[in-house]
Amino acid sequence: MRKNRAIDVSTGLFVLLGIAAIVFLVTQISNREFTSHGNAYKVVARYENVGGLKVGAPVKVAGVTIGRVEDIGYDMTVFKAVVTIDIDTRYDQIPNDSYFNIFTAGLLGGQYIGIETGGSEDYLKDGDQIEFVQNAIVLENLISKYLFGQAIKETPPGQAPAAATGSPADAGNK
Amino acid sequence: MSTVSELKDATADFLERAGALTRFSSRLLWITPAGFLRPRLLAQQVYNAGALSLAIIMISGLFVGMVMGLQGHDLLARIGSEESLGTGAALTLLKELGPVVTALLFAGRAGTALASEIGLMRATDQLTAMEIMAVDPMKRVVLPRFLGGVISMPLLTGIFVMVSIFGVQLIGVQYFGIDRGQFWSEMRSYVELSDVSEGLIKGLVFGVACSLIAVFEGYNAEPTAEGVGRATTRTVVVSAVATLVLDYIVTALLL
Repeated sequence: MRKNRAIDVSTGLFVLLGIAAIVFLVTQISNREFTSHGNAYKVVARYENVGGLKVGAPVKVAGVTIGRVEDIGYDMTVFKAVVTIDIDTRYDQIPNDSYFNIFTAGLLGGQYIGIETGGSEDYLKDGDQIEFVQNAIVLENLISKYLFGQAIKETPPGQAPAAATGSPADAGNK
Repeated sequence: MSTVSELKDATADFLERAGALTRFSSRLLWITPAGFLRPRLLAQQVYNAGALSLAIIMISGLFVGMVMGLQGHDLLARIGSEESLGTGAALTLLKELGPVVTALLFAGRAGTALASEIGLMRATDQLTAMEIMAVDPMKRVVLPRFLGGVISMPLLTGIFVMVSIFGVQLIGVQYFGIDRGQFWSEMRSYVELSDVSEGLIKGLVFGVACSLIAVFEGYNAEPTAEGVGRATTRTVVVSAVATLVLDYIVTALLL
């Protein structure tokens, strides 16, 4: 009888350990950790080009991840991509005139949304539309701009990148 | 002349085994629901197949992970992206290495135990004795062992992968000094839920294959000491080959 109990206990331990391992793999290794909190409010941003942005991409302010891209769709009436963003309710004081820009992590890394805070007294709340956005920078466009910009203006190489990257929204931020 | 007839014999032998395996597995499938009516026997076999394999799985997992840490770091340092170590290791372990190595270890540890145990029951006429007492040995002996293996394999796969990721982390973060946060966040941002489920599906498929082969070989072992030995050897060989072939098929289906 004692031996039976010992076997039952170790069988139970084994099964629990196995299930714990699977839960660990699902929650800790794969990218679900933010949505599992559930305490989030949604805002919607419209972009002309989202580039390689994916559902689940991080949303950062000052480099800190405060949310995730929840959904990416396409609005036929305005011909723009509609990006639904989940932001953690702990960060509920983001000015509603903030810029939502699509950046690339590293030179060729994944894309994320970086928020540049504005100066408004009113904060974003659930269901808000983002007014100020900056589209994804497509590397090919950048390269062609750089090449043609240099050919036309014949600027010295040191100044060329600054002139080439200056898209309208970017210039406004800097 | 003799080579030709040998070849003919071998072919007929192979076909006979394939037919017997088909008959055996359809019989097993038919009585599977009955297996869950005896949770006590089932738990005992989960213990035999799973809990007793835990030590070998965890130790092997740790060292597989540590070797992956060393080799992966060496490779990634050459192209200057060491922080991708977590992503690369996690994907390799989840999708391929975890289920396959677990299945091979499982065949070696639990499969052989099942085959020799059932084979020895056959050799000592215990199975015949059960039949005389109107106890179906398929239900009483074979089915719980088969189901125990099927239940254990995905759990062992999960444990193997978890321990080996810990091993990778040990080498990458503690030894080579990759930033801990970068290691985990890169892993999290690139590993999808479907990668985890792919590994678990493979674990389940291999579990069914390896357990089936083990109980089949044991049940149909020649009732001699030599026959039991041969059945045990064949369990390991057939399980290993079946695992690798099935791995290709499942990967092709899931990609």
